[in-house]
Amino acid sequence: MGWLAILIPLVVFVVLGFVATLLFGWLIPALGGDLHSWYAALLKAAFILLGFVMPLAGVLTWMERRQSAMMQDRLGPNRANVGPVRAFGLMHFVADALKMLFKEDFVPANANKLLFALGPVMAIAPVLITFAVVPWGSGVCAGHLTDRLTDGQLAQCLDTGGGRFQVVHLEIGLLFYFAIASLAVYGATLAGWASYNKWSLLGGLRASSQMMSYEVTMGLAILGAFLVYGSLEPATIVQAQGDSILHWGVVTQPLGFVLFFTAAIAETKRTPFDIPEGESEVIGYFVEYSGMRFGMFYLAEFMEVIFTSAIVATVFFGGWQIPGLHADGFVAGQMPHWLVCTLQFVAWAVKVFVLCWFQLMIRWTMPRFRPDQLMRLGWKQLLPASLANILITAGVVLALMPGAK
Amino acid sequence: MAADYTPVLVALLFGVGFASLFLLAAATLGPRRDTAEKLAPFECGSEPVGSPNVRFSVKFYQVAILFLVFDIEAAFLYPWAVLFRKLSCTGELVGAVCASGVSFFGFAEMLVFLAVLIVALAYAWRKKAIGWG
Repeated sequence: MGWLAILIPLVVFVVLGFVATLLFGWLIPALGGDLHSWYAALLKAAFILLGFVMPLAGVLTWMERRQSAMMQDRLGPNRANVGPVRAFGLMHFVADALKMLFKEDFVPANANKLLFALGPVMAIAPVLITFAVVPWGSGVCAGHLTDRLTDGQLAQCLDTGGGRFQVVHLEIGLLFYFAIASLAVYGATLAGWASYNKWSLLGGLRASSQMMSYEVTMGLAILGAFLVYGSLEPATIVQAQGDSILHWGVVTQPLGFVLFFTAAIAETKRTPFDIPEGESEVIGYFVEYSGMRFGMFYLAEFMEVIFTSAIVATVFFGGWQIPGLHADGFVAGQMPHWLVCTLQFVAWAVKVFVLCWFQLMIRWTMPRFRPDQLMRLGWKQLLPASLANILITAGVVLALMPGAK
Repeated sequence: MAADYTPVLVALLFGVGFASLFLLAAATLGPRRDTAEKLAPFECGSEPVGSPNVRFSVKFYQVAILFLVFDIEAAFLYPWAVLFRKLSCTGELVGAVCASGVSFFGFAEMLVFLAVLIVALAYAWRKKAIGWG
């Protein structure tokens, strides 16, 4: 049965990639739509979030329980079924979502009603927004789906015709990501404070101090990659990682990768960095939340896992690149444009999926850090290491500059 | 240039709109049966004692201030990282290739900046402002 766990996601990703290619490469242009317009951006956001991120976040909630069960020699949720279809209990997440939607949603008597409502929104909205900068493919050239385009032709087409597989294509892309992602701190802090509960207040404070501490490392660790690729734009960074695995960020920036991934996992507030919430022992900042408002925090957590995977895949694992795959296949003129677009999406989705799985592995393998260990790791180990990484990277880039004497 | 930012606005509205939709669903779909016990602060069943607005350690403020310092400095480093190759080339840069000599201007400038940053970190470390113990 194990092979199904690989085959099913793969088939889903192929279908999604093909749908995206058809939607933006054929349907919208055929209807006379403009790929640079606001509605194209909205469709892209809707496609990637509703078509990929949300379902995957749901599946991850089930996958986490199932995977942890396997690691602990239990069965885990395996028997929710729809009629005769059991599908390994995959329907558990649908049942969970329905349950949360129809549960009572109450606000504690003394809570600040506005901020209490704002908390979960501030937790989930930043994740939804930051997905806009992630490129999930090089992009599709409208009207040339069956042609065999060269890299140059595709680049020119994307600059003029639009159709990038990325909602927001900005020169400051990853700066925008850091700006928005840091707003998520407010979600935890507001939720903790507005609940009018000692324990949630303390949980919110733990969450905010942890997220702030690791955000510094995150921002500095990824700087090495900016030095190497000379850009803040995710699509440009991915473009620079083509041709060979040796150009991937994980090879050029191994220390940066480890630091960034560690800090990003700390940002998601999951074990081993889960002292802000630790449901069963130290009460977390969303203890007073019920029903779908709690569901929003829960969903935001899994979407952060996916986002962390997506950004790590983009900067350190070549994003949608398959080594050696050009816009016209591995050999010139080998593949039509639509096939390459689909393959690139599948490559991106597989990388994200594997990194998500890896994060679940970490979640169930590592014991929790104590607050003082957490702070020491963040400020006294990761931060100096990321500063050293910047200096070393700058030195190497300088030494490797062509023309250096 | 302004047109380039339309997708940003779309993404912002989509994110906030979708989150609000969840909130609306939460408020409308579930039942509502409030009781005094249910609405009391949850403290694992024991009676809440005192006000929830407890005093908390000043260390949290220290973390916030340090974060501000280091995060803003990180923001200053970003443009430098992007322009590093250009700053390190005495002549024209063609792609990533610098035909003329290499200059240490960009590297030295940032060395000074990072030195200040590292001194600040060392000072905070020495004063036991970072860490929890």
